Amino acid sequence: MDNIISIFINSVFVGNILLAYFLGMCSFLSVSKNMETSVGLGFAVTFVLAVTTPVNWMVYHYLLAPGALSWAGLPGIDLSFLKLVTFIAVVAAIVQAVEMIIDRFSPFLYSSLGVFLPLIAVNCAILGAALFMVERDYNLIESIAYGTGSGLGWMLAIVSMAAIRKKLKYANVPEGLEGFGITMISTGLMAMAFMLFSGITM
Amino acid sequence: MKTTETKTLKVIFEPIWKNNPIMVQILGICSSLAVTVQLKTAIVMAIALTLVVAFSNLTVSVLRNAIPRNIRIIAELCIVATLVILADELLKAFMYDISKQLSVFVGLIITNCIVMGRAESFALANPPLLSFLDGLGNGIGYGSVLIAVAFIRELMGSGKLLGFDVVPQAFYLSGYENMGFMLLAPAAFIIIGLLVWLQRTLLNK
Repeated sequence: MDNIISIFINSVFVGNILLAYFLGMCSFLSVSKNMETSVGLGFAVTFVLAVTTPVNWMVYHYLLAPGALSWAGLPGIDLSFLKLVTFIAVVAAIVQAVEMIIDRFSPFLYSSLGVFLPLIAVNCAILGAALFMVERDYNLIESIAYGTGSGLGWMLAIVSMAAIRKKLKYANVPEGLEGFGITMISTGLMAMAFMLFSGITM
Repeated sequence: MKTTETKTLKVIFEPIWKNNPIMVQILGICSSLAVTVQLKTAIVMAIALTLVVAFSNLTVSVLRNAIPRNIRIIAELCIVATLVILADELLKAFMYDISKQLSVFVGLIITNCIVMGRAESFALANPPLLSFLDGLGNGIGYGSVLIAVAFIRELMGSGKLLGFDVVPQAFYLSGYENMGFMLLAPAAFIIIGLLVWLQRTLLNK
């Protein structure tokens, strides 16, 4: 149990998928201009990460990993080189399915979250989390904790960035540094702040 | 003849400086910054990405009249994913150590916005050769930023370049120390921010 809590805390703060591994930067930079959309996208990413990471875990461990097909009588087969293409396809399919389910059952949620869902299919954070999950050899429960934690960490980062950028509008930034430049530098400062959590051990 | 020549040159050279994919188009910062702690990994990553962009542009452009519009994203993703798997397997076969260090980041070239962005905005509307050159130019523009960041980080962070010590021993004896901060993630963000500042100031002159 301790292990799971520490994976969760670590993926939210110290190993933040955005600030420590640079994943999901594109949408982070373009969406953080606006507070409301940042919150919306943050929720959508958390949700999709929490669902796709365990699903990809199952796909990898029952279909792709070396020897995973032994339940089908094919123990000698190693399909792990297909993991990139499979993960992308799984993510795209789940995003599409989630979009349809939300549309059917909660039109309100759909109208606030729906626009972001297609964007997420190609967000590096989602594929990155799946690949890290394989690389670090998590089990199913750990991968759920890792997926949810990474999503929350990403949301925390983008929402705080949106808040910082709101204040930055009134700051007197040197010419040439406005916009992209200062955003990168403040992201760097924020990443430093997040690293301070590395003293916490469970 | 003259005009086509200048156009070809423009397609290659514009993305390297004036319309740099990272600094101006703000594409593809994702993932690859993590490999800039060392110059060696950054160079390998830059080469891998350049080849993937160039060949995905070429393939998409050759197939552009055969791909139906409404499934083009999936078709493009398949092309890119195939190329990335090839690059990954080649790295594992010939440069196993570096491929271990790059770990998941080679795979993440798939979701790198530059690859999809160029396929969408250039390769779908232009002939194969021009698209190939555009991919090459964008790859080099992207790679040069990556290498610049890695150069600064490795030089200041560990006093080495490509693994060789370059800071003279006399400096250390007289009190110079490596900046450990340069090896951490926040440094990459800040260096990119400063490079953008430099580039914009130079361009506006």
